[in-house]
Amino acid sequence: MEKVIRTEKLTFTYSAEEARSFALRKVSLDIEKGTFVAVLGHNGSGKSTFAKHLNGILLPSEGKVYSFGFDTSDPENLINIRRNVGMVFQNPDNQLVATVVEEDVAFAPENMGVPSDEIRSRVDDVLKTVGMEKFKKHAPHMLSGGQKQRIAIAGILAMEPNVLVMDEPTAMLDPVGRKEVMATIHRLNKEKGITVILITHHMDEAAQADRIVVINAGQVTHDGTPREVFAHRKELLDIGLAVPQTVEILDELGLKDVALSVDECCDILEKYLKG
Amino acid sequence: MLKDITLGQFFPGNTFMHKLDPRVKLVVCFVFIIVLFITENLAAYALAALFIILGVKVSKTSPKMLLKSLKPIMFLVLFTSILNIFYIEGEVLVRFWILKVTKEGLMTAFYMTSRIIMLVCATSLLMYTTSPISLTDALEHLLAPLNKVKFPVHEFSMMMTIAMRFIPTLIEETDKIMAAQKARGADFESGNIFARAKALIPILVPLFVSSFRRADELATAMECRLYQGGEGRTRLNVLKLTKYDYVFMVFSAISFVLMILLNVVGI
Repeated sequence: MEKVIRTEKLTFTYSAEEARSFALRKVSLDIEKGTFVAVLGHNGSGKSTFAKHLNGILLPSEGKVYSFGFDTSDPENLINIRRNVGMVFQNPDNQLVATVVEEDVAFAPENMGVPSDEIRSRVDDVLKTVGMEKFKKHAPHMLSGGQKQRIAIAGILAMEPNVLVMDEPTAMLDPVGRKEVMATIHRLNKEKGITVILITHHMDEAAQADRIVVINAGQVTHDGTPREVFAHRKELLDIGLAVPQTVEILDELGLKDVALSVDECCDILEKYLKG
Repeated sequence: MLKDITLGQFFPGNTFMHKLDPRVKLVVCFVFIIVLFITENLAAYALAALFIILGVKVSKTSPKMLLKSLKPIMFLVLFTSILNIFYIEGEVLVRFWILKVTKEGLMTAFYMTSRIIMLVCATSLLMYTTSPISLTDALEHLLAPLNKVKFPVHEFSMMMTIAMRFIPTLIEETDKIMAAQKARGADFESGNIFARAKALIPILVPLFVSSFRRADELATAMECRLYQGGEGRTRLNVLKLTKYDYVFMVFSAISFVLMILLNVVGI
């Protein structure tokens, strides 16, 4: 499989003097094309710092990050990297630039120098993709949090990136908004084949991913499918992460199985109870 | 309460005035104001008033809204006309105690008043029929020649756009902070003016801090969306002059020339 992102012993410290306080320490990861990767970690674990390295917002203190084979530490590559690796942040309010939805979505292609007709068709396309085509003439501040976040995603999609990095995109949203945004992200991954890297601390969001990477104190502690990672419930608890309730109940009962959905959990419980 | 503020004073619509290119409207409005200031003639002012009334009719703006926009300047108008009436020397019409009203004074007061009123009406009309975003767009285009003298035109209009984008967000935030401070017993409503001003400090400080954080995040988000300044940027909506614009320009030009002619001839 083609590797879209590759980090080699990525190390990062926020201040040069305190070289000992690593935000990231020797993180080596490969991310394959088309996968849905969840990066888990509690507050201050370094997961957001990791995300910001993927499109050159932050540059490694030591080690290398390659996005699509381009070294992020070379300023010449930045434009190429950023148009391929789109990034969505936590607070939708602080990502929207214009006073009209369609103008905001057009911001990135405008910056890229795309001709006006093509910007128009791209804007209409991506607004349809995130299900916000009815709102294109609205003012962003009149929309709900989930809607704003979908506009922010549309604004990134308008660059036609291959990788979408999301830094806790649902942290500031209500449950309805969270559902809308998660559904949108999954659809993008399944239908458009966009590689998704989701930074989160919501276990149920991570459970739906293809792969989970757990970061604690700047280091990767677990890496694997949700089933593999959630099997280590005790270790995850130690670093401040609670596994989904479906996993927890089976573990408490002393079962070896890992259930990722409520249905699956029910089936296993049924079998267990019937002996 | 704070939430109800509208951005600018734009009323969306689909009239002739709304369809006009913002650059044309801006220039015409500007020239109109200049013409108002260089003329001082009854017939010319009647024509100018007609020009505005026509604009109001065509744009389907409610005259009530226009009157409302005049309210804040009423004091200024009254003040200047009173000064003008009593202080200008000339042919005395009425005299009592140390005050005298002159014919010249009355005339100047009249011109001054109509000038200010028409000026406000014209700019209000522009604001009512043009969205803030197309206004900044127009400004960026019109000021483009200043790029040659190293004036950062694009940055300027980008700043305007962002400011307009964040006004409602910051208002919402102010509301929240005020509510939070009130919940902790802050008192914004009593005391003299100094006490009240002082009570605002606990609102302003968090507001400033969060604005800086927002600015930082916005800058990062803009970088992620490949923003590199104005060079090589294209636009979603390109401004283009249509036949409406030419009709409007010719019509305005004729009106303005007529106003100046009337002033020169002095009818």
